[in-house]
Amino acid sequence: MSDMPQPARGAGRFTLFPRLSGVAITGILIAIFLMAFLVLPVIQVIYVAFLDAQTGAMTLQNFRDFFNTSLFRESFVNSFYVSAMSVVFATIIALPLAYITTRFNFAGTAIIQSLGFIPLIMPPFVGAVAMSLLFGRNGTVNLLLDQYFGFKVPFMEGLNGVIFVQSIHYFPFILINLSASLRNIDRSMEEAAQNLGSSGMRMFRRIVFPLAMPGYLAGAALVFIKVFDDLGTPLLLNVNTMLAPQAYLRITGVGINDPMGYVISFILVAFSIFALWTSFLFMRGKDYATVQKGGGGLSKRDLAPREKLVAWAVILFILALVLAPHFGLMLLAFGTIWSFSPLPDGFTLQHFGTVFTQSSQYIWNTILYAGSAAIIDVILGVAIAYIVLRTGLIGRKWLDYMATAALAVPGVVLGIGYLRMFHGVQLPFGLGQMSSFWGLIIVALAVRRLPYALRACMAALQQVALSLEEAAESLGANKSSTVRRIVVPLMTGGILAGFVTSFATAAVELSATIMLVGRASDAPLAYGIYLYMQSPAGRGAGAALGILAVVIVALGTYLSQRIIEKDRNRRASAPGAEQ
Amino acid sequence: MKKAGIRIENLHLSFGDTTVLAGIDMEIHPGEFFAFLGPSGSGKSTLLRAIAGFGPRPKGRILIDGKDIADLPPWKRNVGMVFQSYALWPHMTVRQNVAFGLEERRMPRAQIGPKVEAALELVGLLHLAERMPSQLSGGQQQRVALARTVAIEPQVLLLDEPLSNLDAALRVQMRRELLSLQRKLGLTTIFVTHDQEEANTTSDRMAVLDGGVIQQIGTPQELYDTPVNGFVAGFLGTANVLSGHMNDGCFVTKGGNRLAVDNYRDSARRIVLRPQSVSLTEEKLGSIAGKVTHREFLGSQIRYLVGTADGEIIVDTLHHAGQSGHAIGADVMLMIDSQSASLLD
Repeated sequence: MSDMPQPARGAGRFTLFPRLSGVAITGILIAIFLMAFLVLPVIQVIYVAFLDAQTGAMTLQNFRDFFNTSLFRESFVNSFYVSAMSVVFATIIALPLAYITTRFNFAGTAIIQSLGFIPLIMPPFVGAVAMSLLFGRNGTVNLLLDQYFGFKVPFMEGLNGVIFVQSIHYFPFILINLSASLRNIDRSMEEAAQNLGSSGMRMFRRIVFPLAMPGYLAGAALVFIKVFDDLGTPLLLNVNTMLAPQAYLRITGVGINDPMGYVISFILVAFSIFALWTSFLFMRGKDYATVQKGGGGLSKRDLAPREKLVAWAVILFILALVLAPHFGLMLLAFGTIWSFSPLPDGFTLQHFGTVFTQSSQYIWNTILYAGSAAIIDVILGVAIAYIVLRTGLIGRKWLDYMATAALAVPGVVLGIGYLRMFHGVQLPFGLGQMSSFWGLIIVALAVRRLPYALRACMAALQQVALSLEEAAESLGANKSSTVRRIVVPLMTGGILAGFVTSFATAAVELSATIMLVGRASDAPLAYGIYLYMQSPAGRGAGAALGILAVVIVALGTYLSQRIIEKDRNRRASAPGAEQ
Repeated sequence: MKKAGIRIENLHLSFGDTTVLAGIDMEIHPGEFFAFLGPSGSGKSTLLRAIAGFGPRPKGRILIDGKDIADLPPWKRNVGMVFQSYALWPHMTVRQNVAFGLEERRMPRAQIGPKVEAALELVGLLHLAERMPSQLSGGQQQRVALARTVAIEPQVLLLDEPLSNLDAALRVQMRRELLSLQRKLGLTTIFVTHDQEEANTTSDRMAVLDGGVIQQIGTPQELYDTPVNGFVAGFLGTANVLSGHMNDGCFVTKGGNRLAVDNYRDSARRIVLRPQSVSLTEEKLGSIAGKVTHREFLGSQIRYLVGTADGEIIVDTLHHAGQSGHAIGADVMLMIDSQSASLLD
C-alpha cells in the first residue's frame, strides 16, 4: 500500500495548522491581558511592600514600621474584629432562617427565600448613611427608645456600625450555603441515628451539625473576606481605623510612594487568598451530598402553634432589619430635612430632580463603564470557556486560574496596583495619563467581574452536548463556523446572564473605582453616591442616586434569573441534551 | 453518484494505557450495509468516530474510495454521521437543521431549498419543516437527523446506535425504513449496534468486535452458523460450548460423551451447539444423558436446562399446544443435530 498517492496527508497538515494557531493566538492575547491588568499590578503591589522606599533594596522594614505604628496595629485589630463579629452576627441571623426552612413545614418559606437576596441587591455602602439615620445616636430608633424607655443603644457607634451594616448585608452568603448543606442531608442519616438511639439536641450536634459544617464554613469564610476587604462601608460611616480605608487614605493622601499602602495591600491579599483557600478546602474535601435517589432532605415536621408564633416573630424581625437600609434610603431620597427626628420633616421629589439635572453624567458614565466592562467580560468568558473546555491548548487551565484569581484581589489592591503600574504612562491621542484615563476604570471593572461572567459561560458551554458540535463538523462546518453558528447561539442564555450579572455588580463597584477616578466628570454612580454622602446637604441626592443603583442591580438580578430560567426550560425540552 | 468503498488498514488507538483499537483491518464494499457489532467498550463506536474524524487521530490508514482521509478534519471528509442522541440543534427549525450542511458547502440559496425539501420528502417529514426539534417525537427527530445527513450527499453514511433511543415497536419499524432508504440511495453505510437482532436484520455483512479487535467478519448467517470463536458464538444468540477433542471422526467431550460431527477437523477442541439443534427424548436413543434442572416457558418454545456430565446444556424445544413437555427432575437423553454443530480450535 506504500505506493498509494497521499495528497490527503499534506492537505490535512495544511488545514490543521491555522486552526491550532488561531486558538493559540487568542489564548496568548487573553493571557497578556490578564498578566498586564491583573497579575502584574498585584505582584507589583506585593513587591513594593518588600521594597525600601529610599534605597530600593529588599527589606522587611516596612512590615516592622507597620506593626510599630499604633494606628496600623489598631486598624489591623479593628479589621479583624469587625470581620469576625460580622461573621458572628451574620450567623445569628442566618442560622434560625436556615433551620426553619429546612426542618419545618412553614408558610413563611417564600419570605425566607427572598430574604436570601434582598440584601444583596443593595451595596452596603449605599445603605450605610441611611442606617446611621435610622439607628444612629440621634436616629429614629434611639429617639423613640429614649422617649419611651429613657435609654439609647449604640448600634452605629464606631465599629459597631460597620459590623451592623455588614452583617445585615452579607448574611445571605451563610444562609444560602448552610441551607444547601442542610437540604443535602438525606433523611436516612437522621433516621439511622434515631434508630441507633440518638435524638434531639444530641443528634443535631453529632449528626446534622457536622454534616452541614462544610457549607457553613464556606459561607462564613466568604463573609469574613468580603467584610475584611470592603472599603466603601467604613469610609461612608467615617470609620477610618481599618485596613482598607487606611490603604486608600495613605495612597491618596500621602502619595503613591508611601510603602504603608502596599503593606496593607499585601495583608489584604494574603487574607483573601487564605480565606478563599479554606473555603475551597471545606467544599472540596467534605462534599457531604448524602441525598439518595428518590429520597428527600431532612424530614420536615409541622410547627406547634407556639413555635409557629416564635418562628414568625423571628422572621419578621429579621425582615425588618433587612429592609431597614432600603427603607431608610427611601426616606432619605424622598425626604426634605431629616435630623434629630424619627422621620423626615416632609417629602419631596426634588432630590431626583437634582440628580437628573446636575449629575446625570454619573448615570451615563456608569452605563458606559459597566456596559463596556460586561461586554469585555462575556467576550473573554466565552473565549476562555471554549479554550478550556474544547481545545487541547497547552496551559489552558491557567487562563481559567488567572481569571478566577481576580476573586482573591480586593478592589483597593487592584486600584493601587493600577496607579503604581500605569502612573506616568502617557497615552497617545491626547488621552493624558493612563492612570487617570477613564478607560482604565472599565478595565478594572472588567477584571474584577470576569470570574462571574466566566463561570456563567463555562456552565453554559458545559450544557452544550459535544455531539451538537460534532454534527456540525461532520456536515462540513469548520471550527470557527461551528463556534459562530452552533456554540455561541446555544450559549446565549448563559452569556446574557453573565453579561447582566457583570453589568449590575460593576455598576455599584466602589473600591477599585474610587482609586481610579481622575476627575468628577469621569466618575460613575457609586463614586457619585460617595461624594454626595460626604455632606449632610448632599445626602438626599446621594440617596436618590442610591435608589437608582438599587433599581439597576435589582433589575439586573431579576433579568438574569429570568434568562437562566427560560434557558433551563428551553433546554429541558430540547433533544440531544444528554451527553 | 459513485458508490464509495471503505478500507481500513492496521488502525491502532490507545487512551493512555488502555488500547481501544488494536490493529483493525477491514474492507467495506461500495453500497454495502455494514454493521459493527459488539458489547460496550468493544471499540465499535470509537472505530466509527475515527472514520468520521472525531477523537484522537489513530495510527494507521482509513481510505474512502481509495483516498486516505485519516489526516483530514471532520468537515473535509464528506462522511455523514447520524448521532445516537440525534444532535439536532435546538435553536434551529427542522428546515434550518437540514439546510446547515448545504450552507456550509457554500451552495447557492436557490439550490438549497429544493435539496432540503427533497431530503425531508425522503423521510416523509416535509410537512414539519418549520417545527422546532423539541416539538417532534423521538422517531421524527431521528428522521430529521437522517435527512440532515443525507442532504449533503455524503460518500458514506455512519449510524451510531441510531435506534437505541426509540421504543421497541418503533425500533423495528425504523430499522426497516433505514434499510429501504439505504437501498434507495445506494449509500455505503456503517451501522454501530450492540443488538445482534438489529445487526442481523439490517446488514449485508458485519464485523463482531471485542476488546478493540475484530473477532470475525461475514454475513449474519455465516457468523451465526460458523462462528470462529467462543465469543462470536456466544454474542450471536445462545450457544452451548463444550470442550473436548477429536477421536475417530467423533468429538469426545470432557464428560466422555461421543458426538458425531460432519466436518471432520483434528485440531478442534470445542464444539458449539445451538439450543434449537439439540433435542430431548426420554428414550435411550440420544448421545448425552442428563436430568432436567430448570425449565422456562417462552411461548413458542420451552427452554430446558439439562444437567449433564459436561455441565448444564441449554435446550430449546418447540411448544405444541396441549403438550406438557418434560418435568423438572426427569431423566432425559440429548440428541445432537450433527450438521448444525460447529467446531472451534
